[in-house]
Amino acid sequence: MTTPGDSGGRETWPMWEVFVRSSRGLSHVHSGSLHASDETMAVRNARDLYTRRAEGVSIWVVRASDITASDPDARGAFFESPQGKEYRHATYYTESDSVPHL
Amino acid sequence: MTDIRVLSTTEGSFDEAGAARFAELLANEQRVEPTDWMPEGYRKTLIRQISQHAHSEIIGMQPEGNWITRAPSLKRKAILMAKVQDEAGHGLYLYSAAQTLGVDRETMFDQLITGAAKYSSIFNYPTPTWADMGSIGWLVDGAAICNQVPLCRASYGPYGRAMVRICKEESFHQRQGFEILLHLMRGTDAQKAMAQESVNRWYAPALMMFGPPDDDSPNSRQSMEWNIKRFSNDELRQRFVDMLVPQAEILGITLPDPHIKWNEERGHFDFGELDWSEFHDVLAGNGPANSIRVARRRQAHEDGAWVREAARAYADSRTEERVAS
Repeated sequence: MTTPGDSGGRETWPMWEVFVRSSRGLSHVHSGSLHASDETMAVRNARDLYTRRAEGVSIWVVRASDITASDPDARGAFFESPQGKEYRHATYYTESDSVPHL
Repeated sequence: MTDIRVLSTTEGSFDEAGAARFAELLANEQRVEPTDWMPEGYRKTLIRQISQHAHSEIIGMQPEGNWITRAPSLKRKAILMAKVQDEAGHGLYLYSAAQTLGVDRETMFDQLITGAAKYSSIFNYPTPTWADMGSIGWLVDGAAICNQVPLCRASYGPYGRAMVRICKEESFHQRQGFEILLHLMRGTDAQKAMAQESVNRWYAPALMMFGPPDDDSPNSRQSMEWNIKRFSNDELRQRFVDMLVPQAEILGITLPDPHIKWNEERGHFDFGELDWSEFHDVLAGNGPANSIRVARRRQAHEDGAWVREAARAYADSRTEERVAS
């Protein structure tokens, strides 16, 4: 497991990752990162940095050091399971191609 | 000069499978992401380029910030503040992108305020008149857009993504500058003269923003092989001049180069040689405003240190309270 964007606490302010919901009905999507001393400042800074042109209706921030990511060096084995399992997709079942509404 | 502290565990190690994967990504026009293996030269080139780009945005706030209090109307003041705020934002997007390569922000700030890092030499020219706000938008931001649009496709993912965001915001900058000049050119003789005088000063430095001529640009070839740079300095400069000439006609402004002439055969405008000794001189720190730009940044950074430290101490004390309770 790795933590992306964690610089090991050497900065005066920690790094935060910012997620913005652009409008109701859509998910929060990662916009970028920023530095802030605490969560209140992180949300305010995120507003100023990532929504200057009304890009969002809601913001999430999370400390970069709190994110756990899959190991990039092991991605081959880690994501191996779906390989060769085309039967999980509708397109696998070609014999029904000519059948309407299926 | 502070050494760049590389945090990545892949630093220095050569990984044969990683190198093959890197070559394959480039060959297939795919993006390289922070966790991928990359050659040290690629990492260092990107750290240098992205941090210099970030520094340019941060220093670039100064020549325009200079005019916020004296903008000729409330509308122009609001526009200028929005633009300067954008430059700060662009600097922050880019610092974040550089950090994904393993350099921390304090190191980059240090390099800027100690003068160890370079930034675009264009910001070492002064802005003595209001028309300079027009020229910076039209010529300087125009040249920047020409340079930056191809960078949206740079092979390094975080850099490309930052550039997409920046380019979206940058087009307002160029248009507002053009509009400032357009309004001056519709004004009194004194206003027209002010616009022309300003363009006379900014035209050549803006053309130099694309960097030295191709035969004097030793790092360009490698950057193009790495899919960081997509077009050569001279190609981009030509593209820019071809766009400027008709725009200058609409403004009724004369570009200060008697050699500008349509070349039917090439399908481009010819233009005169630039004074590259000036470019190298300004880059070396001898521009009209080099020392004042860096000194002001250093002062702002040092004057703000207690605020950063106090905010950090407050956050730490709250964390301790929560742990204790």
